[in-house]
Amino acid sequence: MSTTESEMAGNGPMIDVKNAAKRYGTVEVLRGINLQVRKGEIVAVIGPSGSGKSTFLRAINNLDPLSSGEVWLEDVQVNKPLTSYQYERHINRVRQDIGMVFQHFNLFPHLSVRQNITLAPRMLKRLSKQEADGLAEQQLRRVGLIDRIDFMPSQLSGGQKQRVAIARALAMQPKVMLFDEATSALDPELVEEVNFVMRQLAESHMTMIIVTHEMGFAQDVCDRVLFMDGGMVVEEGSPDVIFRNPSQERTRSFLRKHLKGRN
Amino acid sequence: MDVELLLRVYPFFLEAALVTVQLSVLSIALGLVCGALGASARLSQLRILRFVGAAYVSVIRGTPALIQLFILYFGGPQIGIQLDAFTAGVIGLGVNIGAYMTETIRGAIIAVDRGQTEAARTLGMSRGQAMRNVILPQALRLMIRPLGVNINAQIKGTALVAAISVVELTYTAQRYIASTYKPFEMFLLAGMIYLVIISATGAAIAWLDRRVAIR
Repeated sequence: MSTTESEMAGNGPMIDVKNAAKRYGTVEVLRGINLQVRKGEIVAVIGPSGSGKSTFLRAINNLDPLSSGEVWLEDVQVNKPLTSYQYERHINRVRQDIGMVFQHFNLFPHLSVRQNITLAPRMLKRLSKQEADGLAEQQLRRVGLIDRIDFMPSQLSGGQKQRVAIARALAMQPKVMLFDEATSALDPELVEEVNFVMRQLAESHMTMIIVTHEMGFAQDVCDRVLFMDGGMVVEEGSPDVIFRNPSQERTRSFLRKHLKGRN
Repeated sequence: MDVELLLRVYPFFLEAALVTVQLSVLSIALGLVCGALGASARLSQLRILRFVGAAYVSVIRGTPALIQLFILYFGGPQIGIQLDAFTAGVIGLGVNIGAYMTETIRGAIIAVDRGQTEAARTLGMSRGQAMRNVILPQALRLMIRPLGVNINAQIKGTALVAAISVVELTYTAQRYIASTYKPFEMFLLAGMIYLVIISATGAAIAWLDRRVAIR
């Protein structure tokens, strides 16, 4: 998205993370991360394993709460300090607006594809069966799996499972989508179908934060790339800058390892 | 082996077996209720409930079932609890097996992949909604076989109530030994009837397990 467009929107960022820090005992997993994501922007988070990128992503919907710092979704503070009862109600509401896709899909194995997608909208948005079914069909068309609507998850390939998981998240009509290494658990030949769906989603101007090991995908699809290491953002910039002309030695050495043998 | 004697007494043994079956069914039903409550307590957000659940499990599993029955049946009247032998048997056995079932049910719930809870919570479901719609349906399938082990143990465990003179299978065998002096035949007959009951129950559990398997 160009600067003028975001200025025209005239609003604050879609996601605003301020000074995010997380400690497990004496181990600092996140050391003060700041990130603003504009509406429609697509941000990739890359870095070695253990760099804190997944923890950071999971902090955005408070699946892994921060030790300190703030996470905002538009004008709502996600990790608002509340009593536990109030917090439960608050976070359940906020999470409806933040879709998340996991490395291991986490489809509900006892429910059909249709039920996987309609469960939450029916329960939380009080949609009728017809409305929810319509929504499921619409989202399955989007990911190209309408013919699998009455399959069980065990009857799907890994790539299909992940596409259903994306459809399930989209059915809540979230404002932001978080992807936590969505293709890392897939056989290489199944990665492309998931990337294809994510690319389409990017073209529809969904706001996305993508933790990934796939540098090619990050380079092609994302507006901005964050390189994390040791719980910090080491370098941040456009894909061109990060992948072609990084300023930090740590970024260069990471990319050397990861780009070797590619192309 | 006195086959003629066996043919003469087996109808009485079958009658007694009916009492064993009643004891089993009622105590297992009570056990499942105690187990469900116990597991909920142990997995509760509230520390006091977790403590109560853990105390229940460790006290019951840490003492012989026979002592528990004796406390209830013989000790009960002393503190104003007067139960007939059958009722004391059902309650004593049910509360006992409930402690084991608590752990079985809790185990099945925590065996459901963490990612399932995360996926449900991420969609905006509350803890309870995730538990009811996502975790429990999967945990129920996981707990059928291990609950079958508890049930198997409980059916055999009903023999204990012979000690508080409930006229069930084991007590009946002992009574006929006293009049016939044929312990080999009498215990063999009782044992075979237990085997039939347990085999049938085992088959029913295996059938249920296959039926609800996630395809």
